[in-house]
Amino acid sequence: MTVRTLAVVSAGLSQPSSTRLLADQLAAATRDELVGHGEQVELRPIELREYAHDIVNHLLTGFPAEPLRQVLEQVTGADGLIAVTPIFNASYSGLFKSFFDLVDADAIGGRPVLIGATGGTARHSLALEHALRPMFTYLRAVVLPTAVFAAPEDWSGGTAQGALRSRIDRAAGELAGQVHRAAPARGPADPFALTTDFEQLLRGPDA
Amino acid sequence: MQFGVFTVGDVTVDPTNGREPTEGERIKAMVTIALKAEEVGLDVFATGEHHNPPFVPSSPTTMLGYIAARTERLLLSTATTLITTNDPVKIAEDYAMLQHLADGRVDLMMGRGNTGPVYPWFGQDIRNGIPLAIENYDLLRRLWREDVVDWKGRFRTPLQSFTSTPRPLDDVPPFVWHGSIRSPEIAEQAAYYGDGFFANHIFWPAEHTRRMVGLYRQRFEHYGHGSADQAIVGLGGQVFMRRNSQDAVREFRPYFDNAPVYGHGPSLEEFTAQTPLTVGSPQEVIDKTLGFRDYVGDYQRQLFLLDHAGLPLKTVLEQLDLLGEEVVPVLRKEFESLRPAHVPLAPTHASLRAAARASADDRASNDDAAVTGAEAGQ
Repeated sequence: MTVRTLAVVSAGLSQPSSTRLLADQLAAATRDELVGHGEQVELRPIELREYAHDIVNHLLTGFPAEPLRQVLEQVTGADGLIAVTPIFNASYSGLFKSFFDLVDADAIGGRPVLIGATGGTARHSLALEHALRPMFTYLRAVVLPTAVFAAPEDWSGGTAQGALRSRIDRAAGELAGQVHRAAPARGPADPFALTTDFEQLLRGPDA
Repeated sequence: MQFGVFTVGDVTVDPTNGREPTEGERIKAMVTIALKAEEVGLDVFATGEHHNPPFVPSSPTTMLGYIAARTERLLLSTATTLITTNDPVKIAEDYAMLQHLADGRVDLMMGRGNTGPVYPWFGQDIRNGIPLAIENYDLLRRLWREDVVDWKGRFRTPLQSFTSTPRPLDDVPPFVWHGSIRSPEIAEQAAYYGDGFFANHIFWPAEHTRRMVGLYRQRFEHYGHGSADQAIVGLGGQVFMRRNSQDAVREFRPYFDNAPVYGHGPSLEEFTAQTPLTVGSPQEVIDKTLGFRDYVGDYQRQLFLLDHAGLPLKTVLEQLDLLGEEVVPVLRKEFESLRPAHVPLAPTHASLRAAARASADDRASNDDAAVTGAEAGQ
């Protein structure tokens, strides 16, 4: 049986971070749903903090250091993606955006993505809709209808209960459903593959 | 195997003292570097072509013509000639002229140029980069090989009964390399024509170069120019040397940290581990350079970048001394001893002229045979 892979990207900066906590809860809930569908699941948690220098270096040099290359392949090769960022100044964090700036425009096309965010106040919650959703739509990913925002009051009591819990479960159900229905991901595209032969290039696009 | 230097021609502030050379100083420094390359026994000098500051070499054949007059053996080349924004007619004329003046010591490397705003200054659009490179180069080849050309294409006004003058020296067009970092179409182009492929190599992981050269070799064989290991491959390299490795690292670090391409990014240690950059002793440069062969196979040309990031001319000339005295003699011997007999050397004007004559003789004797056959049949 194929193992379905979920890349779980968290852009939290502190340790432990509430962003990572939300990502983990989304991942666990999605895994449970998929197991319920009879799937085997592999979670690939990715803390962007650990790759912060490599991300900046890639922006400057144009190529990834080996650890970052592997992480990018984990993301572009996964069956589904959970992407969670803290909201800074009314949008995704710079680290989160810089990381996804390194993902090729067609590398996650058609792939289901669950977006989540954390913030100091619930008034930031629409950043999910005006910042994260358009970015993943640009990448032609399938952004799931339920986006999950966690404000400080959602964590009261130490674990996510009540309203947050139900949002997590609904979002996890949507992602698991998409992953379960889709054909397994084919893995990252080969940027060095020749897609046309020379006679065709020589004739030009109108021929 | 050929060894040489290639230069971008950037005017960059020396980060250790804040001094910026004038354009005139930089141009003269490039010439001095070329003359020194011949003096220390290198084979090739190649200049970049740019049409925007902070770069000076906008007119490569003017510079190469001047160097040709002051050298005896040095092969003059480019890295790269902009096949996208130059008129292929002007390239055909300029480099045929240079070929005559330099007695055949000329070849070229085609490149696209990756600076978007430059294209419209020359009436082009960077989004057509690959189609321009394909169409312009195909015309350039015809201009050098056919005395009268009728031509119509997408990007340039048509030609009616056009003869590019002067004709190439001895009717042998200059050898052409195609340079690219990661466009498989350009490896394909080089393979289609049986031209050389030059992998920039520097500033990029070895894996890029391995994949691109591998593709070029495979397609070279596909198009029937020889076996994959007979394809003509060139590589860039970037080095900074002192007799003691630690001295090299200490002296180069401020230049590295502030360099235009990779400065303020990865550390010197990270970058030397990830790319062909070698900062150390001549022996370390020898070892790393010999290692290139492990992932590209036997190759024909190795060019080093020595004069960038604001290094002063005096330092660059010291680098050339080390390269010529200690590094290249060893590399020549080692690479030559490893090269199988069926792997060719890089084509030169002399070898191309000899090949053209041999194939003309073949044709003549085939014609004779045909005539004799016809007579015998009577």
